Amino acid sequence: MSPVMGYFMLGSALFIIVSMALMLGRLLGGPTLYDRLLAVNSFGTKTVLFLCVFCFIIGRPDGVDIALLYALMNFIATIAVLKFFNYRALDVDLTQADEAERGGAR
Amino acid sequence: MSLIFAAAADASEAAKAASYVDWWGVISNIGTVMSMLAGLFFIMAGTIGVLRLPDFYTRLHAAGMTDTLGAELILLALIFQCDNLQMVLKLLLVAFFLLVTSPTATHAVAHAAYRAGLRPLLGEYRAPTLDEDAS
Repeated sequence: MSPVMGYFMLGSALFIIVSMALMLGRLLGGPTLYDRLLAVNSFGTKTVLFLCVFCFIIGRPDGVDIALLYALMNFIATIAVLKFFNYRALDVDLTQADEAERGGAR
Repeated sequence: MSLIFAAAADASEAAKAASYVDWWGVISNIGTVMSMLAGLFFIMAGTIGVLRLPDFYTRLHAAGMTDTLGAELILLALIFQCDNLQMVLKLLLVAFFLLVTSPTATHAVAHAAYRAGLRPLLGEYRAPTLDEDAS
């Protein structure tokens, strides 16, 4: 990678960091829980992108593995938090909970 | 790819090797710059949309759509800069998982918010209930 491309990658990484910092505003001041969850999910996606760009800048390709792990963990964390705030527990079988809720409420 | 071009130039004529231009490098750099700029535009558009749009569902639209496209474009820009196949495969794996998980997470958040009773800002229109969607 030529030095010019290195500086371009550095600028893009700083741009992604600025975007992440702006997303923190919605995370801290979101009116509802779901706004905050959306901000966390988007923040995680931007973290994956920043890790990929950063490991290209420092020339160590190991960071892509961490980015892959972080992408999967971000998805699982979002689903887990949604399920927790829906059912107030994590050890709920989703089909049984759906049937119980439909049978009870409707 | 540049090694193949360099070997061909060396084998054919030594005079052409003096004025040898790394065309693959030029093309990959141009592709990197263009897709990186497009990806950064979409990322920043999604962030500004999440900050400034009035309603949860419009914010979800901004973040969910632009984050997916911007992430794929930035990963494409990085794929142009790879020099071995292993990095290309890893970045394609990251791109695949982001392409699968990001719309799924967006859909899950939207569905959970709708089931929890969060109503969109619609003005004179009325949002359909979940029973009307099912039938």
